[in-house]
Amino acid sequence: MSLPFAIIAMLTIAAAVAAMSLRNLVHCALALTVAFAGLAAAFLQLDAQFVGFAQILVYVGAVAILIVFAVLLTRGGEAPEKTVFSASWFWGLLVAVTVFGALAWAITNSFASQRAPAEKVDATVKQIGDALMTKFVLPLEVIGLLLTAALIGAVIIAMREESSKTKIEDGRSKIDKTVPPSSILHPPSSGGQQ
Amino acid sequence: MADSLDQIFVLLKHWLVGFVPTGWQPLISAALSIAAIIVVFATLFAITTWLERKGLGRIQNRYGPNRVGPFGLLQPAADGIKALTKEDLVPRAADKVVHYLAPIALLLPVLLSYAVLPVGRNMVGVDIEAGVLFFFAVGAATELSVFMAGWSSRNKYALFGAMRAIAQMVSYEIPLILSSVTVIMMVGSLSTVNIVAAQAGYGGWLPDWFVFTPWGFAGFVLFMIAAAAESNRSPFDLPEGESEIIAGYFIEYSGFKFALFFLAEYLGMFAISGLGITLFLGGWNAPAAWLTWIPSWAWFFIKLVAIIFVFIWIRGTMPRLRMDQLMNFAWKFMLPLTLINLVAAAVWHFMPPGLPRWLVCGALVVAPYFLLGRALFERKDLGKRVYRYAD
Repeated sequence: MSLPFAIIAMLTIAAAVAAMSLRNLVHCALALTVAFAGLAAAFLQLDAQFVGFAQILVYVGAVAILIVFAVLLTRGGEAPEKTVFSASWFWGLLVAVTVFGALAWAITNSFASQRAPAEKVDATVKQIGDALMTKFVLPLEVIGLLLTAALIGAVIIAMREESSKTKIEDGRSKIDKTVPPSSILHPPSSGGQQ
Repeated sequence: MADSLDQIFVLLKHWLVGFVPTGWQPLISAALSIAAIIVVFATLFAITTWLERKGLGRIQNRYGPNRVGPFGLLQPAADGIKALTKEDLVPRAADKVVHYLAPIALLLPVLLSYAVLPVGRNMVGVDIEAGVLFFFAVGAATELSVFMAGWSSRNKYALFGAMRAIAQMVSYEIPLILSSVTVIMMVGSLSTVNIVAAQAGYGGWLPDWFVFTPWGFAGFVLFMIAAAAESNRSPFDLPEGESEIIAGYFIEYSGFKFALFFLAEYLGMFAISGLGITLFLGGWNAPAAWLTWIPSWAWFFIKLVAIIFVFIWIRGTMPRLRMDQLMNFAWKFMLPLTLINLVAAAVWHFMPPGLPRWLVCGALVVAPYFLLGRALFERKDLGKRVYRYAD
């Protein structure tokens, strides 16, 4: 384990712990962003430039913003008064340990662990692009279709019900067609006009 | 002679690095490059503030700064000292830690993005294989810093400004990246050095810059519009609209932290202009073969100053957009045009060189521009505006 990896790992884990334990939700989101950046640094340290930069572009640039907006638009960023503790945590811990144990057992006993470590390949961005466009073009298209469907679904959920017909066009409501209140047509004489 | 002048900074660096023991050389070399980037672009920032105030003054029929030094040239120094000596106010309700970190978190990615800009022959911080992707990745990190500044100030105008800035940056990031994808498609590389090298030749009476092709011209215009929006420049300076939300996300910053925001904004503008030069304007290449005796780094900075001048010019002459106009422009106009431009670039790649290629690609770029513009304007009643209260 090299020193840069140790630093990156410590930073990522510390940020992840902070993201779980801080009281203010926005602070949690910012700590999570640091963890994302730490993961990106780990990818870069493994010479996976494309994955590392894509991780920053997508997670730090977009997902973190999404989380922050969701926090602000739903509950507000106020910190809870008392410490958060729930009795169901015990069972949660039990389930988590069981799942981790099962997965670890499965991984150590799988054929993947018996396989010799792959030789170091120089996967350039060009090669990744070629592979995505030739060998893996079908999975790419399927993911694209899935994301498009998700996007359309989100738009439909967010779309306002067409109950109110006060349609505002270009930020300028069609005021010239409505009848203005009389106070505008006849300003009070004490207003100091003329 | 011309060759050594071209490489003078590279040779200087090698000479300086030669003084330290071998083990330290990579570290010292990196430190020298970083110091050069910071010094040069911070100086350019100081000159630009003066140039901008003078230029705006000229456009608005006034003098601009003319008291400190000859022609007010020492005004940036005076402003710097003023920013340093001012009291650093932090609102009582502010989130102290995030409020403190925000300007740093904004400036850091902006400075990082200079690492991949080739400012001259052999003059690039690091030539990484995914250079353009690196630039956009660190650029995307600035959005969260803007949010940190706006949210931690506990000021509704600051939060409004941050929300506007994020909405704007997220929307314009897509046309920005899509318009530069055309160049990446043509070069077949994400490395900024390779992109500059691909534009090195001189065919006919025009250099082989990508801006002199139909798709490259459209890409360059779209890229610079998106770049202006991305760096919050006028006419896209809604996040800091003085008349509505005072100064936007940095309203609660004073003294040197405010100066840091100012610096980060201008450095971001230089960086993205530098990327525009690299992608479309041939990087440090001279515009004609008989002009190559001028050093390559001089060409980069000449082009950069020219783009800065255009930005100042636009700021002095264009009114600020409204929020809905901003969003409509990004999603209904720029995004379709960039997508069609991708097709135009692909057609250009697969057609044999000659006049038909120019005609087809030119039509692919010009026709959507007119059709889309016509269609978007049709639904608007651009008649006399009726005011409710102001009459």
